[in-house]
Amino acid sequence: MAQINARHRENCDTNRICSGYCCTQIKNFSVRVGRTEILKDVNLHLHCGELTALIGPNGAGKSTLLKAILGEIKHEGSIIFAGSNGENSVKPKVGYVPQQLEFDTAAPVSVKNLFSACMGKRPAFMKTSGQITQKVTECLARVQGEGLIDKRLGALSGGELQRVLLALALEPVPQLLLMDEPVSGVDRKGLEVFYEIVSQIREKYDLTIILVSHDLDLVKKHADRVVLLNKTVILNGPPEKVYNDRKLHETFGLSGIIGDSGNKGPS
Amino acid sequence: MNQIYGILNTILPFGWLEYDFMKNALLAVLLITPVFGILGTIIVNNRMAFFSDALGHGAFTGIAIGSVIGLVRPAWSAVIFSIGFSVLITIIKNRTKTSTDTVIGVFSSAAIAVGLVLVTSGGYSYNSYLVGDLLSIAPAEIGALFLLAVLIILLWLVFYNKVLMVSVNISLAKSRGINTLAVELAFTAIIAVAVTIVIQWVGLLIVNSLLVLPAAAARNVSNNARQYNASAIMISVFSGVLGLVLSYYMDTATGATIVIISAVIYFITLAMRKRFA
Repeated sequence: MAQINARHRENCDTNRICSGYCCTQIKNFSVRVGRTEILKDVNLHLHCGELTALIGPNGAGKSTLLKAILGEIKHEGSIIFAGSNGENSVKPKVGYVPQQLEFDTAAPVSVKNLFSACMGKRPAFMKTSGQITQKVTECLARVQGEGLIDKRLGALSGGELQRVLLALALEPVPQLLLMDEPVSGVDRKGLEVFYEIVSQIREKYDLTIILVSHDLDLVKKHADRVVLLNKTVILNGPPEKVYNDRKLHETFGLSGIIGDSGNKGPS
Repeated sequence: MNQIYGILNTILPFGWLEYDFMKNALLAVLLITPVFGILGTIIVNNRMAFFSDALGHGAFTGIAIGSVIGLVRPAWSAVIFSIGFSVLITIIKNRTKTSTDTVIGVFSSAAIAVGLVLVTSGGYSYNSYLVGDLLSIAPAEIGALFLLAVLIILLWLVFYNKVLMVSVNISLAKSRGINTLAVELAFTAIIAVAVTIVIQWVGLLIVNSLLVLPAAAARNVSNNARQYNASAIMISVFSGVLGLVLSYYMDTATGATIVIISAVIYFITLAMRKRFA
């Protein structure tokens, strides 16, 4: 698998052709809000089955890039998904896991309600059909969350909520999965479980995953590619390469952050 | 109408239902309360309680404008004005970064001021719109209420899932391909219409309580959408009917009596809350 990936990467990077494989290309993304330039000429070429970690200092435009890809923020430039069977120039089906779901924790909405509101035509307050219930259980099983189906959203822990949102983003299975890692509310253990699950999903469903991350250690362990963003792409490559680059330290404005195990990078 | 009266006489042979105006009022309550229960769940879930209050003020301005330009039924101009008002607030709310309650506060105050200036300049009576009288409802108006109720229930069934997603989180809803602005506009507009029509009988001062209280009470004792909707509708209908009967015997304002009962239910559910958390 690693060999195939490597060959695939080579093909795509050199020839910009990904015959037989799929990839997502982000071309010349720029975002302006008023006169402030938040993102400038972001170019990324991402392959299926690859977990790309997006890192960068505060205000680097990481979340903005995700929102621009989602189409929530106006942007210049284009995004193209090239499928394995040559279906070119289509917008990818995007799944999204928000950073921190701001919602009313007292709201009487269960996990099952959330899924059935997305899946079926039948209003979510009606009795759910066995078919839908089973489908929801299957979705939750992907993130090891079968037991959460009847829980109220507000009663979930930070890690559980994040997994439920991941399960929701995977239904239907997207081509590009965007994730904004939670900065707080999830403990270390929960974060590690989350990364494990994301890694498994990447392999199982052959998805392109972009993950905004604040935990440089976990990124090192799980990501296939690390992109350092600060208004534009500063570094782009495998973790080892990016982590040893002087620019990384310069961008964060501090030295000695990387490799300091257990220490969270600047978020 | 006489057939319905006949049916009511047979199945509910109570003293308070002897008069036709009480039968009319009962029918109106049975149409208004379930619909208000439903709309209330949406309002409370989307944190729009202040917004629906402002809609009442907008409706008052609409009625004032209708009176001044000399319409026979100022309610029609009020409906149109309220829809415009709600659409405007929703769009401005989505466009600016000013906090929502400020935007709503500005609109609400401006609307009530314009309404009062118009009404006082023309020397029209406006007391009936402030307090309202449910017992004054006419059979033809019950017909209109029936159509409104059917319309709202249909919209509710078709758009419920989208509204639920919007109420959980706008970004999440957008990422699932929901046109969140359209959903918000549609629902604020339908709430505006419902408030405006009902305001004539329950009054500007308490119309919002009828919307918000049953849903707020239901929230205290529900863990999922099914329980929430069912209990909101039940609480709304129960306090409506009980309030009507009590107001007949105690000779009090019907709308206010209904609100007091919903408020009592709210406090009871608040005390029960821990068991459901």
